[in-house]
Amino acid sequence: MFARLLYESFRRQKRRKLLAGAAIALGVAVATAMIAVATDIGDKINRELRSYGANLLVTPQEDTIDVEIGGINLKPPSDGNFLNEADLPKIKGTFWRNNIVGFSPMLPVNISLGDASDTKSANLLGTYFSKKITFGKEQARTGVRTTHPWWRVQGSWPADDSQDVLVGEHLASRLGKQPGGRIEIAGQSHRVVGILSTGGAEDDQIVASLAVAQQVLGKPEAVRRIYVSALTKPEDTLARRDPKTMNPELFDRWYCSPYVQSIAYQLQEAIPHSHAEQIRQVAQNEGTVLSRIKGLMLLVTLAALFASALAVSAAMATAIFERRQEVGLMKALGAGNFAVAALFFAESALLAIFGGVAGFFAGSLLAHRIGRSIFDSQITIQPVLFPVILAIAVIVTFGGSAAAIRRAVQFDPVFALRGDA
Amino acid sequence: MSGSQPIQQGVSARRAGSAHTSMFLRMLWRAAVLRRGRAASALLAMVVAAAVATAMMNLYVDVQAKLRKEFRSYGANVVVVGKDGTSLPADILNKIEAALGGRGLAVPFAYVVARTAHGQSVVVAGTDFERVQKLDGWWSVSAWPSGPREALVGRRALPAVSPDGKGFELSFQGHTIRLTPAGTLETGAAEDSRVYLPMAEFVAWSGVHPSTVEVAANGSSEEVNSVIGQLAGAMPTADVRPVRQIVEGEARVLGKTRSTLYAAAVLIVLTAALCVLATLTGWVFDRRRDFAIMKALGASERLVSGFFAAEAAALGAVGALLGFVIGIGIAAWIGRVNFNAPVVPRLSVLPFVLAGSMAVALLSAIVPMSLLRRVQPAVILKGE
Repeated sequence: MFARLLYESFRRQKRRKLLAGAAIALGVAVATAMIAVATDIGDKINRELRSYGANLLVTPQEDTIDVEIGGINLKPPSDGNFLNEADLPKIKGTFWRNNIVGFSPMLPVNISLGDASDTKSANLLGTYFSKKITFGKEQARTGVRTTHPWWRVQGSWPADDSQDVLVGEHLASRLGKQPGGRIEIAGQSHRVVGILSTGGAEDDQIVASLAVAQQVLGKPEAVRRIYVSALTKPEDTLARRDPKTMNPELFDRWYCSPYVQSIAYQLQEAIPHSHAEQIRQVAQNEGTVLSRIKGLMLLVTLAALFASALAVSAAMATAIFERRQEVGLMKALGAGNFAVAALFFAESALLAIFGGVAGFFAGSLLAHRIGRSIFDSQITIQPVLFPVILAIAVIVTFGGSAAAIRRAVQFDPVFALRGDA
Repeated sequence: MSGSQPIQQGVSARRAGSAHTSMFLRMLWRAAVLRRGRAASALLAMVVAAAVATAMMNLYVDVQAKLRKEFRSYGANVVVVGKDGTSLPADILNKIEAALGGRGLAVPFAYVVARTAHGQSVVVAGTDFERVQKLDGWWSVSAWPSGPREALVGRRALPAVSPDGKGFELSFQGHTIRLTPAGTLETGAAEDSRVYLPMAEFVAWSGVHPSTVEVAANGSSEEVNSVIGQLAGAMPTADVRPVRQIVEGEARVLGKTRSTLYAAAVLIVLTAALCVLATLTGWVFDRRRDFAIMKALGASERLVSGFFAAEAAALGAVGALLGFVIGIGIAAWIGRVNFNAPVVPRLSVLPFVLAGSMAVALLSAIVPMSLLRRVQPAVILKGE
């Protein structure tokens, strides 16, 4: 009898049920989309923050101090120690390799430009542009195009295995160079394929592949420093502790968290005779910016949950209030308060489940669209979200119906049937 | 408005024009009072929707300014350097500050390459420590210099200049200065290999004037660009350029955050509006008996429509005003919790919230009204 009542209620009031179900689906969709966006926004913004450039710098362990003003190196080029280029792919073998977005080795060399009659000194910077790195089975492309996204090239980027060079825009205008021209570096002619604009010291330099710089310097495999761009977790008190003073258990926790400090530690382990350090300007500030944006989205998500809960309960209350005559009839025929309430709750539960499932998929689609249009990447929706969302939908629907059901049950059947309630 | 007085007035001035207005208002008022429960729940939905909408709009407008302030902790977004490595004119700082007009910070830097007692080359910089502390909050400094002849020594420069942590000598073009290290500096960048001195002592020792001024200009990218234009115009001998790394990173992150917040605001306002629409439609539909009685007593279609429309509009207006106040509170609270600074209430949001609320309220009155209009009053009164 109960099941028949339930079935008939849905069969005969298709439009009304559809409206209430649509309200629930809408509320759940908004909630799902907002929760999915809010849980993923940290990762998304973290990736956007990588556009500030590298947050870690690896230098030789026993290095002499840099003598550098405004990015111009004044130190004798062969002075000090070097890292070995052959060690670079090991960066992709560290524990947090998937958090390392990219890295760029740098080798600055002082050079003389032009032929014997008219020589000028300048800086040549050797680096990777977008070089394929192989470590074990993994392959990745890395270089300044990943780690220094604000570098702009007019013309084209040189290939990493070519002798082509980029000329900084200030230097190019002084020398009168254009893309397609040629430039004499240390007695050898190189093709200029592009003019580089960075807004920094590189505007006065020549940038070439690492191999070209090593060849000019006469030190194959030499690398002066490596810029590493990594996704990190904002610093907390554990992050700032000295790993030497930790007990093994604490050390494991520290080592297995993507703090900038622990990634630096792992880089030092991977590359022999190296010293890795956070670039504080980038590393220290991204934590605050990230936590502000995450906090903001969390609060906004709360507001969205609140609004959708309200929409669902308002729709349920209206739907039940409209059916008080039906309640009157049932009670007049001898139904108890419990039976009436059970019927309405069962209806609510069914509506919540159907609306919740539809809303979850609509919300996933919405989150997907938001991710596509704003971040150009997928927003991952954790499967665990599904039962959570469904449970929330049922609870909110019950909560929204409870007050209306109580009032409906309390009506005197006589008044309800006369329509005076 | 309740009591016998208005009725007597209404009776005595039966034919006067004011009677219609007073009756109209009376009906509005009694409808709200008698059906308190339903009216209150409709009003509540309205208030909550308006509050959420106000908070979201207010946040959307204000959050950019709040986040920009956070982004300024990345340091300078504009640098002024002498063209082709020359020193900047002596009054450069005053000129820059005049162009900034208090909406930014300028820090001068001067550099020379000096030699230590052992003949090691080291870059020595002169600057204004008080300003640097504000501009470059990420500098990790063990102790800032305070006394005369005290220097801030970079982490990597320390073993070269003062391995034992005691006083050291630096010489530049035959002039020697004796300094004590006050503290060490750690940034992870070029600063680690330098020694920093107060500007006055640096100039007295080396005779070299600032060659670089780092500027943190506040405001949107357009405002920063106009500051760059002003600076370039005021100082033809200097090269003024934006720090692209900082400017572009900020624009990117801010843009993404704004778009996400915008999408969220649209979703939330839409949900709230639909919630109001559902509640109010139910409320109006529920009063079909009032509607039928009015028509049965001879009220014209226009009068009845006007009555329901006025009711909805009044509900929308009251709900919007209450919601606005609450929404301002929510926005201020979010600002305080998340940014440690309250979000400034924007009165410019009020017209939008008011108009939106009234539009939604009117819409939710019109839909059931057009359904009811087709039905004979007798049918409704019979209860079918």
